[in-house]
Amino acid sequence: MWYLCVFYHRLLDYRRSEVEALAELFGACKQVEQDEDGGKISTCSLQWKLPENHHADSPFHFVFLPSEETARKIANRSILIKGIYELWGHATTYEELEKAVIEYPEERKVPYLTSESSFRIIVDSFGKVISFQEQTERIKGLSYIPFKGRVDLRNPEHKFWLMETDDYGSNNGLPPVVQKTIFFGREVGAADRKLLPTYQLKSRNYLGPTAMDAEMAFLMANQGLAQPGKLIFDPFVGTGSILVAAAHFGAMTMGADIDIRVVRDGKGPDCNVWSNFKQYGLQLPVSLLRADNNLPPWRPGLKEIFDAIICDPPYGVRAGGRKSGGRKLLKGVVGPYTVPDEKRFDHIPSTAPYSLAECMHDLLDLAAKMLVLGGRLVFFYPVVREEGSTDAQYPEHPCFTLVASCEQILSFRYSRHLLTMVKTGSYTDEIAELARKKHVEFKENHLKWLEDGNLHSAVFTPADSLCGQS
Amino acid sequence: MRLLTHNMLASNIKGVTSGYPLRIEAHQSAAKEADFNADFLRNVFPKIDWPALVSAAKTLGYGDLPEEAEPSMLESDEFLRRFHHALLEVHVEEGALVCPETGRRFPVNKGIPNMLLHEDEV
Repeated sequence: MWYLCVFYHRLLDYRRSEVEALAELFGACKQVEQDEDGGKISTCSLQWKLPENHHADSPFHFVFLPSEETARKIANRSILIKGIYELWGHATTYEELEKAVIEYPEERKVPYLTSESSFRIIVDSFGKVISFQEQTERIKGLSYIPFKGRVDLRNPEHKFWLMETDDYGSNNGLPPVVQKTIFFGREVGAADRKLLPTYQLKSRNYLGPTAMDAEMAFLMANQGLAQPGKLIFDPFVGTGSILVAAAHFGAMTMGADIDIRVVRDGKGPDCNVWSNFKQYGLQLPVSLLRADNNLPPWRPGLKEIFDAIICDPPYGVRAGGRKSGGRKLLKGVVGPYTVPDEKRFDHIPSTAPYSLAECMHDLLDLAAKMLVLGGRLVFFYPVVREEGSTDAQYPEHPCFTLVASCEQILSFRYSRHLLTMVKTGSYTDEIAELARKKHVEFKENHLKWLEDGNLHSAVFTPADSLCGQS
Repeated sequence: MRLLTHNMLASNIKGVTSGYPLRIEAHQSAAKEADFNADFLRNVFPKIDWPALVSAAKTLGYGDLPEEAEPSMLESDEFLRRFHHALLEVHVEEGALVCPETGRRFPVNKGIPNMLLHEDEV
């Protein structure tokens, strides 16, 4: 059945992807068919449609979902859905709306209008504030609907929404509204945004410079289908902000980081990664360890153990990545160094910068091996924004199918894309070899691009120096 | 460090061919209650190297795991409880994981195994 899905007007590119991920989580999609390579294709009963004259960035979308129960579950778990509604009518004028609502099948309306039930009508407008007086008048205008129930403003059983779009073009960057649309519907479910102030970073005990903000962390956990019984890994765990969101949804978590001060010590016994979980009464991570993503310490033969890998790799914009081995050593400037035995105990191994291309290769390889079939890899990927071109080149892997890419613009020239990939093929020796080749290809392109001016300089050099070149 | 973690880790020193299972040297260990989740245990069971878990649990003084295990045992609540305890409730707080081939000790401090390699090991 078709529902009206109204989004919060933020993170526009993430909204549909979140709904699609949650539809998968709640079983609206089934993995059934096989493609030519034997991989599974997920077929989904979910469909999208835009109201007439609405731009894709509009908060109003129509979504087809298999049942009201699924719609409610999706809405309640989401971060970006203001509400999913059973639409009783929509029109461009109030006269037409009346006609539409009256024509809406009786049997769909009657159960929600009975005298035993309680209800409330909420008047809302996108792009304009409606005065209290106007709201009351609009509600009075709905007298053609035979509400028999008791009005309850606090805790009604049924919430009805009267929403309209107005001419918002001038204020918020959306294309002008050609024609006003009015929607009337019954609320099926809505996001619990209250969890965002609960988890906001400023109340978090232990923070690092690149801690993921709560809203984004929850979106990432939703993309990763976090739920009880699942094991979720973050190879760049830092202060644990992504895993906190996954643990909130009941998943078991595991994190690794190359920085021992962050994973082991924090800022004291009550201010460390563990305390960030205790603070919210969440289940502690199953494991935290110090490891290098470039040389992962997993036993040979261990595979398909994680249900999702969710991370924000250190791609050198806010915090640079590090890997084992001295910089000079890897470049061959100095010869191999043997740590004297008496110094081994307290020895601090040197690390070298970890390039984006290498980091991506390691991450995809790790995910290909360690994710279960159908498991998800969710991570941020940095992109330099070029004029006119919107299709960024993402790293690829034969085991993975990209199911969502959501852009978050960070500055004039730089954005990050949240990529969600599903493992659709098993990891075999052939695949490992193929992946290696693909990676080399990617690395070459990446190097070419680095020569033109790498990401770091694109972000940090003054804008006019770049303009001068182009 | 729980034994689940121990079960997943190996010594990845360059040239080492049999870096698993790591021998546990426990200076301080503890048992801490963890939430019981049967679904998780059933999901993770096929990935566990059972003999390594049994021997690691014994090292830490827990000998109630059967020497051999098969999926049908997951029906038994008693078995799940024992598996849960060994896998998730037994912790090594201080000590080391020792590479069986080279004897290299990977320290475990405050429950965090440090698997980072020295320059001459990569």
